[in-house]
Amino acid sequence: MSYQTTTKDHAALAEAFIKDEERVDWHDGALWYIREKRDIASKGIPEWEELREAASQIKSNVISNLHDYLLQFEANLKKNGIVVHWADTPQEHNEIVYAILKAKEINQMVKSKSMLTEECGLNEYLEERGIGVINSDLGEYIQQIDNEPPSHIVLPCIHKRKEEIGELFHEHLGTEKGLSDPTKLTRVARKPLRNVFMPRRAALTGVNFAVAETGEYVVCTNEGNADMGAHLSEVQIASMGLEKIIPQKKHLGIFLRLLARSATGQPITIYSSHFKKPREGQEMHLILVNAGRTRQLGRPDFQNSLKCIKCGACMNTCPVYRKSGGLSYHNTISGPIGAILAPNLDMKRHADLPFASTLCGSCSNVCPVKINIHDQLYKWRQEIVKEGHASSTKVFGMKAMAWTLSSSDKLDKAGRAGRWFMQNVPFVVNNKLNPWYKQRDMPEGPKETFTEWYLRTNGD
Amino acid sequence: MNVGLFIPCYVNQFYPNAARATLELLRKSGVNVGYPTRQICCGQPMANSGFEHLAQDCNNTFIDNFAEFDYIVGPSASCILHLKDHLHSDTQEAKATEIRGKLYELVEFLTDGLKIESLNATFPHKEGLHHSCHGLRGLHLAQMSELNAPPFSKPEKLLGMVKDLEQVRLGRCDECCGFGGVFSVSEEAVSVKMGKDRVRDHTRSGAEYITSSDLSCLMHMEGILHRNKSNVKVIHISEILNASI
Repeated sequence: MSYQTTTKDHAALAEAFIKDEERVDWHDGALWYIREKRDIASKGIPEWEELREAASQIKSNVISNLHDYLLQFEANLKKNGIVVHWADTPQEHNEIVYAILKAKEINQMVKSKSMLTEECGLNEYLEERGIGVINSDLGEYIQQIDNEPPSHIVLPCIHKRKEEIGELFHEHLGTEKGLSDPTKLTRVARKPLRNVFMPRRAALTGVNFAVAETGEYVVCTNEGNADMGAHLSEVQIASMGLEKIIPQKKHLGIFLRLLARSATGQPITIYSSHFKKPREGQEMHLILVNAGRTRQLGRPDFQNSLKCIKCGACMNTCPVYRKSGGLSYHNTISGPIGAILAPNLDMKRHADLPFASTLCGSCSNVCPVKINIHDQLYKWRQEIVKEGHASSTKVFGMKAMAWTLSSSDKLDKAGRAGRWFMQNVPFVVNNKLNPWYKQRDMPEGPKETFTEWYLRTNGD
Repeated sequence: MNVGLFIPCYVNQFYPNAARATLELLRKSGVNVGYPTRQICCGQPMANSGFEHLAQDCNNTFIDNFAEFDYIVGPSASCILHLKDHLHSDTQEAKATEIRGKLYELVEFLTDGLKIESLNATFPHKEGLHHSCHGLRGLHLAQMSELNAPPFSKPEKLLGMVKDLEQVRLGRCDECCGFGGVFSVSEEAVSVKMGKDRVRDHTRSGAEYITSSDLSCLMHMEGILHRNKSNVKVIHISEILNASI
């Protein structure tokens, strides 16, 4: 499996998505429904804002002391009998997983709940080496059989309608044509997935929270697939980004209450599974992955993006995300949080993402760990321009606009009201080629500007 | 009390009536208003596009025009927020810092500064209030729907003082309209779709007018309404608060 890579930017991909307006309305409504569920759940507990503040401060502490917590976590993992690996790059991560499987002569693995391995391209890497990987979360399974990356970190196929999923199942799983009842479709998917679980000897999961104090990790799911995979496996692997640490077990009470309410409006995920030590005869491995996280840690303006607990609330609330779809962000993590994480990984490739926002600020308000997402979007824009990733026409346009807008002399020479503005501000230039005019009119210029009126009447 | 009237460049050019209404409202409230006629752009279009460093001349021009006033008031939440957050100067940083502390958007100046409790205004129409994101989440003109916190609304408090005005209830009380400055053209498709949906929420609710403390949002929505030959109009909040039959 390898996903198609795109050279189109967010604006172009979004424009293509928006062509089917009825579908956009449906997509927008589906995500807004989840935002509303989140609102009801968060307003159901009076201490919600205090919980956010506490979680934010705990994560600040983690970011400031990451080195020490990681060493503590590693020591406790080892004490519990878990084999610890460190991977600096996605490539190293994939090599480690491959080596573990190869040593046991395993050629099939079941995977659940891991955006990190999507980020690393693990499935493709293993499949090229003859190891089959099945994503066992229903949404990710659907995306996998459609050979498409997830469009959302919590709701991987939220952009697909049930009829389309019925069509996919008809094609790949042999269901009757036209079946679109979600319950029936889920029951159909359960059969091949169960058959996948039974013979697989290796299971890989992601990690939601890694407790430094005890050396255990917690995986939150609604489907129970992570547990089924882990309990049936003889080799259990967990992959986690360095930032997933929390200092103590008691902090889980805060994070578990925030996570599911923010993500889907549930009080808690159906399963919050704690993994601490291998069963008799089982091997457990944990891979700590850097993949650019320490670089982000070294950027003072952006380091607190590492607080993210991957709830997806910023995507559900983001009007740009709702209208443009997760795949238009051409990055594993989409939406507002993706737009502040991605430039750290490859600034040139993701130079468009911080601009895919109106800076409305709703993302920062729903964030359970209070990441100032929209401020960071603004700061990434400055960074991207400074690093020379803005197009030369844009640089020229901006310089011209700055020159005209910074002196009132040029205003004096303008003719009728509105004309000066239309001539000098690139984004309103009165021209059929200007995108403003495709679907919008400009206001009609009045007889005189306010300044002209003021000077003529002296303000009376 | 000397108040400097800050009229954003596009308001000066396209919406002089809103600027006049703002001036009149301030005068009616008994404050001394000065209007520096050499004022120009606040620099936000450059800064939001990643070219904050090119806004230095705008910043210095702003400081030269407004340093002398006790308060600076403008009918645009977005420009005021930009200045509050980003007005700096290589040569006059002390003045820039002082100015950042005395900037007010019109609505917050009327409610918090002048503590207006009554208005002599009449506007016999159904009106939908569009919260601009910068006014709402930046200047906290009203409570934000995302937070678990007590409700309040400064613009609604003022609109409640206007005779015969009927406010409509929207499906989504504080959704962004999609203007976003240069976003409106660099992400044209998303911007317009957001604008259409925002406008539809108002028209479905029976609004005859859409009002806001930001004319940039209104300019965007007006463009969509006009193109679609709608009878619904946009009007800046200052014009409603200053309206008489």
